[in-house]
Amino acid sequence: MTQTFMLDGLAIPFEDGQTIMEAAIAAGHYIPHLCYHPDFTPYGSCKLCNVNVNGKICTACTFPAMEGQTVISESEEQNTDRQRITQMLFVEGNHFCPSCEKSGNCQLQGVAYHLKMTDDHFNHQFPHREIDASHPDILIDFNRCIFCALCVRASQEEDGKDVFAISGRGINKRLIINSDSGQLHDSELTVNDRATHICPTGAILIKHTAYQVPIGDRQYDHHSISEVSMEQDSSAP
Amino acid sequence: MNDFIVQLLEANGYRKTRLLAILRAIQATYFHIPKEAITLLSRLLGLPVSHIISVVDFYSFFHSTPRGQYDILFSDSITDHMQDKQNLMNYFSHQCQVGIGQVRKDGRVSLDNTACTGMCDQGPAALINGYAVPRLDRPKIDLIAKLIEQELPLAEWPETIFQVDDLIWKTGLLLNSRLEPGESLLAADARGLNATLNEIDQSKLRGRGGAGFKTALKWRLCASEPEQERFVVCNADEGEPGTFKDRVLLNRYADWLIEGMTLASLLIKSQQGFLYLRGEYLHLFEPLQAKLAERRRNGLLGDNILGKGWSFDIEICLGAGSYICGEESALIESLEGRSGIARNRPPYPVTEGYLNKPTIVDNVETFIAAAHIAIQGGNWFAAQGTEQSSGTKILSISGDTPQPGIYEVPFGTPISAILEDCLAEDVLGVQVGGPSGTFISNREFHRRLAFEDLPSGGSFIIFNRQRDILEIVRNFTHFFADESCGFCTPCRVGTILLSEQIDKLYDGYGSVGDIVALQELGHLLKTNSHCGLGQTAANPMLNTLARYPAIYQSKIKFPHFGPGFNLDEALQAARKIAHRDDSEAHLSQSGD
Repeated sequence: MTQTFMLDGLAIPFEDGQTIMEAAIAAGHYIPHLCYHPDFTPYGSCKLCNVNVNGKICTACTFPAMEGQTVISESEEQNTDRQRITQMLFVEGNHFCPSCEKSGNCQLQGVAYHLKMTDDHFNHQFPHREIDASHPDILIDFNRCIFCALCVRASQEEDGKDVFAISGRGINKRLIINSDSGQLHDSELTVNDRATHICPTGAILIKHTAYQVPIGDRQYDHHSISEVSMEQDSSAP
Repeated sequence: MNDFIVQLLEANGYRKTRLLAILRAIQATYFHIPKEAITLLSRLLGLPVSHIISVVDFYSFFHSTPRGQYDILFSDSITDHMQDKQNLMNYFSHQCQVGIGQVRKDGRVSLDNTACTGMCDQGPAALINGYAVPRLDRPKIDLIAKLIEQELPLAEWPETIFQVDDLIWKTGLLLNSRLEPGESLLAADARGLNATLNEIDQSKLRGRGGAGFKTALKWRLCASEPEQERFVVCNADEGEPGTFKDRVLLNRYADWLIEGMTLASLLIKSQQGFLYLRGEYLHLFEPLQAKLAERRRNGLLGDNILGKGWSFDIEICLGAGSYICGEESALIESLEGRSGIARNRPPYPVTEGYLNKPTIVDNVETFIAAAHIAIQGGNWFAAQGTEQSSGTKILSISGDTPQPGIYEVPFGTPISAILEDCLAEDVLGVQVGGPSGTFISNREFHRRLAFEDLPSGGSFIIFNRQRDILEIVRNFTHFFADESCGFCTPCRVGTILLSEQIDKLYDGYGSVGDIVALQELGHLLKTNSHCGLGQTAANPMLNTLARYPAIYQSKIKFPHFGPGFNLDEALQAARKIAHRDDSEAHLSQSGD
């Protein structure tokens, strides 16, 4: 007998061991997310995928699907909270979409479009963060890091290198690089690594590729992140 | 340095899980964690450099740049402030010629703040190279300043400087009990282990840390896991501002605690226990080690306990300044030598805890209660308290009372009776259960201490009518922002935004909109945060806003208009550059 749970009033089938996110994606339902990626161990830090499970808020990417659960994702309440959380991500770093070369291909921006975010709502923190341009092929602008740890996980789980770590605590969290100098050129990261390509914002950029596709013709300029994400996430192995 | 680190690693068996202990030793020797040390540790322990840096960065007692040979941290709890902490800190700063947050040029002394040190009954307090110094006053500071100038090692300082008292004002069911070493283990053996677990079940004992999970159920769940290796962990990391009862229990009743942990090891069939001791209680580390050694000598710990073939031992692990490590899964991460970041649940620690093996994590008071229940039976305990909260609760009472200290009261006791016990007068409100608990006003003193009404891990702070509610809330809110691990977005960013919003109101720049924003932000943190810290960080504000709306309203300077910044203050930098501070260089703004 197939097991199911209810997601926004629809019966979603699932298998033992699947999370709410995995079951939802398999059934063709988008739940906003940034730190989740089907190829890597769920992390649960961004909290965009928070859903109401039988009255309790849980991260869909880590919480197991269970028979008879009632899950609410697409409610006004959930989406308002998601919008606020996204705004928090914008104000804690320095995100200048109009001048960022990732604009139009940025998942953070794509989620903000999806959630109809029109302003930053909160006070900007304007942290002082350096840029690491030491690597010949790759650049890191720490101003745009949202601590989703996707690069950390991709480097460990797929590249087998452990190039990144997230350090510090509270608002002083920072992405660090595993090398003696602490700089990227001294690390094992290469342009072909999965970690180089996984960043959902413009924090990790590949040099000499900017603006090859003009702004206006990019991914989220023409497709919503829900479409793009569903296509990519459900095609993952 | 090479030899020092190699010896240190040998003493710790080259175990990665001992990283905190290793870093503590390096910090104590070099006054910081030098870069070379990190490189060496990385090579010798087989850990990425970034992993070690992230641990150093996470804990507030580790530093990547040198602190003074005498590193002074003033406790920043609200009760310390009520005991004139700020003036004394300024006095210290002046006497030792060292700025707050700075290291003196000669490298001899450094001064900074730290979160509540668990000395609220004898504050204001500080830590000197990690060792607690309670009851600070000017003569004591003068003496300390003199000793620092003489460069006298801490070990040669007068013991009175570090004298910590056990102030016990009221005892009850537990503290009136007696327990001969080994007595509860023999009682459990005579009754049968399963029957003993049934007695604990019958006692209706719930975890004393605050969450109140049924102890017998937790232990049974852990014991029933198929995995054979299981762990007993004592959470002695009470970090809730205003809590210090574990400090007294660990000092006076260590035998009872170790007995309780050993009992638990029999019941869940574990051979290894850990006592996670908060870093602020460094002064208890050696006495506790001595107690463990004594029990090993007496056949109460180690192999073949009491000649019955039981095997169990306990290792003490010291924290390094992080409130979040009191959360059980963050504590486990810390025990494993990592940053204290709460894990995703499920799985819960009873199924996947320390090293992903079944683990019970319980509070000091819980283990002590279990040991006594094993002797006296479940009904003895259940006879006191209420339907859902059996037995008694040991409270740490501080703030505006002439008798701060430890009080053991039966669950169900009204708050008014507790206030009478400690002779508190003219009370405005009480923070029950610490900042993460509930702030109640003087109209609610009929309410009862119980899981059904007001649960508490032990912190009970009394405020009289002279206290400023917003100052209290501000202190608590900044505490949470400082202690947020930063893992999840709502807590990492939300606690900072909350602090800024409250500061704005406190400084007199609030509008009506700011109060609405506070409520909205508080709700967002409560519902969306990853763990208890973020979920409760807005409690002080939400609790007091609901009870004292007029106080919040009275802080509003701009009813309809909320300036984003203070125009005059923003010109400060320009005035400094222009070397002028005359009236023409100042601007007023609408509403001034």
